[in-house]
Amino acid sequence: MIEKLVRPHGSTAAKDSWQKGHGDHPLDRFLKEGRIPHIWCSGCGIGIAFTAFVKALEKGQFDPDRTVVVSGIGCSGRAAGYLDLDTYHTTHGRPIPFATGLKLAKPELKLVVFSGDGDLFAIGGNHIIHAARRNIDITVICINNFNYGMTGGQGGPTTPLEARTTTTPYGCAEHPFNLIYLAKAAGAVYVARWTVLHTYEMRDAMIEGMNKRGFSFIEIISPCPTGYARHNKLGSALDLMRFYKDNSYLADVLDPENTALPFKGRVAVGKFVDIEKPTFMDMWETCVVAKAEKR
Amino acid sequence: MDFWRMPLDAEKHEVVIGKVNIISYRCKGCKYCIEFCPNDVLEESEEFNEKGYYPPRVKQEGRCINCNFCETICPEFAIYCTEAERRPLQPQDVIHIEKISRRLRHRRASGTGKADS
Amino acid sequence: MTGRSAQRGEDLTILTGTHFMNGDEACAEGGVAAGCAFFAGYPITPATEVAERMARRLPQVGGVYIQMEDELASMAAVVGASCAGARAMTATSGPGFSLMMENVGLAAMLEAPCVLVNIMRGGPSTGLPTLVGQQDVMQARWGSHGDYEVIALSPESPQESFQLTFEAFDLADMYRTPVMILSDEVVGHMTEKVIIPPPEALICRARRKRKPARRGFRPFYPDSSGVPPMVFAGEGYHIHATGLTHDEFGYPVITPEAQERLVQRLVRKIRDHADEIVRTEELYLEDAEVIVVSYGCSARTARAVVEQAKRRGLKVGMLRLITVWPFAETRIRQLAGSDGLKAFVVAEINSGQIAYEVERCAEGKVETVLAGFMGGRIFSPEELLPIVEEALR
Repeated sequence: MIEKLVRPHGSTAAKDSWQKGHGDHPLDRFLKEGRIPHIWCSGCGIGIAFTAFVKALEKGQFDPDRTVVVSGIGCSGRAAGYLDLDTYHTTHGRPIPFATGLKLAKPELKLVVFSGDGDLFAIGGNHIIHAARRNIDITVICINNFNYGMTGGQGGPTTPLEARTTTTPYGCAEHPFNLIYLAKAAGAVYVARWTVLHTYEMRDAMIEGMNKRGFSFIEIISPCPTGYARHNKLGSALDLMRFYKDNSYLADVLDPENTALPFKGRVAVGKFVDIEKPTFMDMWETCVVAKAEKR
Repeated sequence: MDFWRMPLDAEKHEVVIGKVNIISYRCKGCKYCIEFCPNDVLEESEEFNEKGYYPPRVKQEGRCINCNFCETICPEFAIYCTEAERRPLQPQDVIHIEKISRRLRHRRASGTGKADS
Repeated sequence: MTGRSAQRGEDLTILTGTHFMNGDEACAEGGVAAGCAFFAGYPITPATEVAERMARRLPQVGGVYIQMEDELASMAAVVGASCAGARAMTATSGPGFSLMMENVGLAAMLEAPCVLVNIMRGGPSTGLPTLVGQQDVMQARWGSHGDYEVIALSPESPQESFQLTFEAFDLADMYRTPVMILSDEVVGHMTEKVIIPPPEALICRARRKRKPARRGFRPFYPDSSGVPPMVFAGEGYHIHATGLTHDEFGYPVITPEAQERLVQRLVRKIRDHADEIVRTEELYLEDAEVIVVSYGCSARTARAVVEQAKRRGLKVGMLRLITVWPFAETRIRQLAGSDGLKAFVVAEINSGQIAYEVERCAEGKVETVLAGFMGGRIFSPEELLPIVEEALR
């Protein structure tokens, strides 16, 4: 076969105009040089959750050589590319099984999955319930902005009933998941929900989740000014933040079953589950390896 | 009429004055720092950065208390505070704190927007 | 984690000796002997025995076995484990193979070495769960979207299942690519003698021991072999690996230039070394007028036919593809140009997959005849011989 490939000309390097600014901010040491500004829109809550995670790394003093972040596809999934850690940006819906493989192959790693509601609960739904069931020792941070932001604001598994998105232009006809209820039912040992306004609570929840042995799940409610908020005329990102300020309430005395998030309704936040349960590796060592017989 | 007095344990307290550092080129104009600063230190500036956003600027020096909430709430790593001064509590500090808290109470009661400085 | 001795202080990684086991079990033993430390799979006939044997063996040798919730998760976990530094493997059949394709693409893009065993069965869809097919051959090469290359090996016996699975891990590490073992239900469920040699005879080429310096390290910058040296999570390199098109630092760069550089390299690293990777077995090719091209269980029939033909004085040879992908292009082209050759007869249990490759490489110089069989059993020599005889005329 004769090959006549057309080769484009141009640079492959990312623009370096931001590289000289690396170090301007004290938290830049947790970020990879030259990677910010990140791609998130003005007012997007993912940036705040990301900052809270960086602060959690700082306060919790986690080993940057042993902490690994795995993300999926979507706006939230881009977080992996900005952190100065070993990070993996995997296929849509699969950060959790990927993280499972990483963790079981090298148990000394601390695994964090940073992804969004669609990636983790629609295409990835099967994986999260099984990882929670098995109590794999990973921490899942789920940014819930009630739609698929990256692709323009389509409906997803957490889009509230009657909410508008680009694929539910007349209102969503489906009931959404209550993520913390689902996580608890699947067997997660640590379950919490906060909004991006609860910056310190988010940071501390992340530290607790990462220190917790077993499957930790943290849901973070975030504004999506370009997608969800715009399609539903909820105002600017700042309006949504003021809404969270006035409408979120500490609900950790409630069972997660009663913490659904109605459309334009109040947001129940808090730490809902914090129990102890043997992890997969605990059981693997005590129950399986101990009994592995000679042939 | 203003009711104020020095707190009984005034010697145990220090006033921390912070300095706000704004990295203008990173700002995306979300206004979270302006809105949520507990001491109403920031306002939107009139010049825009190279991306076309209006970064914050400090309204008046000396008001920042180095709480770093702006750093925590900023999605862009575009703002942070450092400590500029640390000194004992003085009467004018108590008067000032009383003024701020009255303003914030008024703002909460009216529900929206910012009370004027 | 690899090869750690079992509790009683004996290393059970390599079960040296003579065994009577089926192809599935031999694949599992080949993996364990190569130091496989992680297996994530899902039960599927006829590959379930691989998983079952791994579930029993991996705890004995310090590895981890996990049965994932589906094949999508299995392949994702295998790629993850590979990125952490473990030799990782999975096994499946047609329907699971289709599901794994998504993350075969991820493995190709992240350049994560792993081994995927496909015990092929009749398809399409649920097909013949308990009966043979060889219908996934093209899918092995083109199954995931986008441009990439894979290495695929096809054993014809349980002994070869052991050997090729063992060697697959080295190939995977050398070229940082997913390597597939395209076995089939007949070989997988056939119980034959398998001799596992002593450890001295099973040399694993050492994984890159010399770790590169951390400063300025570019995880996807190739060395002279076209393959970047691999580093694993937790070693302090703070790499970023993404399925998006990326530059040599691993950062996503969504431009035509980056695509050109990256995808060209991914394809070339295998294509340019095809002649080193390809292995074939040849029988009576010197003056053959018809060459039967086959692989896997069909090659057993082909071998019987060629022997029968020889006894009758017919000039028939056999080319058995041990490496199915990259395709044995050079050899086929060479043979197509030889005097006296009238035709290639491609014997496979599908409606024509490798036959197209043979025809392409023959470039019309000789006839290419497909001896295809839809599946359910291997074809007998009595069914293949008439086709060969006709090709001789």
